[in-house]
Amino acid sequence: MVAFIIRRLIQSLFVMFFVALVSFSMFQFIGDPVNQMVGVETSLKERAELRERLGLNDPIPVQFFNYITDAVQGDFGISYQQKRPVSQMLVERLPATLELSLISALFSLLVGIPMGVYTGLNRNGFLAKCFLTISLIGISLPTFLIGILLIFFFSVTLANLQPISIFGLFMLDPKIFQLPSFGRGTVVDLGWWTTGLLTVDGLKALIMPSITLGLFQLTLIMRLVRSEMLEVLRTDYIKFARARGLRNRAVNFGHALKNTMVPVITITGLQVGSIIAFAIITETVFQWPGMGQMFLQAVTNVDIPIMAAYLMLIAFFFVVINLIVDMLYYVVDPRLRIDTGKGSGHG
Amino acid sequence: MADPLLQVRNLVVEFPTRRGTLTAVDNISFDIAEGEVLGVVGESGAGKSLTGAAIIGLLEPPGQVGAGEILLEGRRIDNLPYEQMRRIRGKQIGAIFQDPLTSLNPLYSVGRQLTETIMTHTDMTPTKARERAIELLTEVGIPAPARRVDQYPHQFSGGMRQRVVIALALAVNPRLVVADEPTTALDVSIQAQIIALLKKLCRDHGTAVMLVTHDMGVIAETADRVAVMYAGRIAEIGPVREVIKNAKHPYTHGLMGSIPAVGHDAERLEQIPGSMPRLTDIPQGCAFNPRCPQAHGRCFRDRPEPLPVEDSRVACWLYDEANALSYEDAKRAVAAKEQVSEAQLEEQANV
Ligand SMILES: Nc1ncnc2c1ncn2[C@@H]1O[C@H](COP(=O)(O)OP(=O)(O)OP(=O)(O)O)[C@@H](O)[C@H]1O
Ligand code: SF4
Ligand SMILES: [Mg+2]
Repeated sequence: MVAFIIRRLIQSLFVMFFVALVSFSMFQFIGDPVNQMVGVETSLKERAELRERLGLNDPIPVQFFNYITDAVQGDFGISYQQKRPVSQMLVERLPATLELSLISALFSLLVGIPMGVYTGLNRNGFLAKCFLTISLIGISLPTFLIGILLIFFFSVTLANLQPISIFGLFMLDPKIFQLPSFGRGTVVDLGWWTTGLLTVDGLKALIMPSITLGLFQLTLIMRLVRSEMLEVLRTDYIKFARARGLRNRAVNFGHALKNTMVPVITITGLQVGSIIAFAIITETVFQWPGMGQMFLQAVTNVDIPIMAAYLMLIAFFFVVINLIVDMLYYVVDPRLRIDTGKGSGHG
Repeated sequence: MADPLLQVRNLVVEFPTRRGTLTAVDNISFDIAEGEVLGVVGESGAGKSLTGAAIIGLLEPPGQVGAGEILLEGRRIDNLPYEQMRRIRGKQIGAIFQDPLTSLNPLYSVGRQLTETIMTHTDMTPTKARERAIELLTEVGIPAPARRVDQYPHQFSGGMRQRVVIALALAVNPRLVVADEPTTALDVSIQAQIIALLKKLCRDHGTAVMLVTHDMGVIAETADRVAVMYAGRIAEIGPVREVIKNAKHPYTHGLMGSIPAVGHDAERLEQIPGSMPRLTDIPQGCAFNPRCPQAHGRCFRDRPEPLPVEDSRVACWLYDEANALSYEDAKRAVAAKEQVSEAQLEEQANV
């Protein structure tokens, strides 16, 4: 197990090294950093000084080495546009993106898995067929469209509806279902982390962006769990489990669902990575003050330090998630544990 | 006389399809007594597995029991709701399937699978169940059971896994075990061991067995009675000596042409030319008539039902003709009759 983790760590380091190389080369190929940083009226002499101070006259390998050592220490340079340290800007924006991604991932898992199990077990049920049809829509609609439709209904339409009388008993104001369409709502400051999870307002603000961001993954996970369940339910060990008279619950969840978990973990891991990466679109639609939005602004302004840092951070998340996924395999599947010999009992 | 342990009465297993209903098991009846080993043989597709699946109540849809009944200790079990049948499965009727490599859930230790089975059917505590699990592993001949109980299926060899499967099937002492080709997937060298183990355990516990196999050698050594199935019907059923030494049905006769030693697969029944008809084109009359060397007029018209002949029951018109006592007698009787009718024909022609 330890050897395995070390091997994976080394692989991860390689991946990060190459991503750093790509990030670094952006500085070389996309415009001249000095031109980006100074105004038109800066003299040539001042430009040369700045060039020297930034180390841009050093040989490229030295520059790369410096870039990496700085990055490892959390220093990604200064934003061209905002003249502030990139790391500081990232840290400010990180909580918004991570909270949004986390809630979307939870939403897609907690809804997607049960729906997948349900549709797998009741293959021909009416509800299962409804789920499948709806999931097709979820898979084929682009993210931003879902976001815009949600905003249109929950923020615009509901705001314009008159209160309705319910059986003459009480008045129902549709506005209580109205959801905010932009921003994080009220956030609570916990030192270096700001959270929207502790206020009603913040939670409400999370609902639509999370659904928008998680819907695609939800349908994906549901369909994956469904097809895996169908596959596993046909296996001999499920037949044998039934032949032993195990309760349905034990067969379906204890035996069948657990065997679908390895592929589900794989896909979920990859999906959590893409949720974080694809938050860009959702953040734009909902004016969500996260890293994705910052990245888009940086692209518009050719603010290379931010783009480079964002790239590395996303790669870092992918690598970490992959490591976690690999370790989860170990927990779930005894066949992968090193101890396959006929030796000791516990794996 | 007490009821037999298991009674199968006019069982029909069918598959409704768009182009009509396929009848895969067609009106079969047999009993299994307490502690008896009933061997079931027949070519691939004869309906052996479906019969077993119907008994344990695990026919896979769209397969269904179309008619008939199955009684366990006199109580009807084929129409029980799922939950009631579930309580019977494992507890009163155990099952062993063909492939030990895939019968165990790879993600759970064998101990966990054993205790789970035990605790589902009894109110043993987890500690007690674990002790029982180790005991069972000992009983099926797994060395160092106290250690191996915590190991996972992939840490066992095929033969060892089938021992675990047997332990699981017998975990709470069922009255009947349906063993569907329990050794076919195994290495020839360990097939005999597994059969011997199954036989010994069932004898010790008084467990009855329905043993489905292609291996006549296994039947000869293990079974008390044999049912020979052909195209979803029982051709002949009777005491093992009777069926092997003194086969009555022409199909059985062909089957017994040569009985290889245990472990040799007698799947290819080459001595009978032709092959079993598909479910969609079972001929009228006796299903065996296209291949039967003794087929005669009636065989193409009416379907023979199993009738008692000596200690067996045989579904063949030969035995109706003369109430014959042996295959040879029967053949002779039919031949004689056909000569007579030929003579009559000639007479008629001469007139
Ligand atoms: N789902 C199904 N739909 C239609 N026919 C089926 C289906 N399942 C099984 N059958 C048919 O039922 C017949 C009996 O099958 P069964 O599995 O009982 O045969 P078997 O005697 O166990 O053969 P084997 O020795 O190969 O195991 C076969 O002819 C098969 O084609
Ligand atoms: S009934 Fe006729 S065809 Fe069938 S086995 Fe007997 S003799 Fe042959
Ligand atoms: Mg079979």
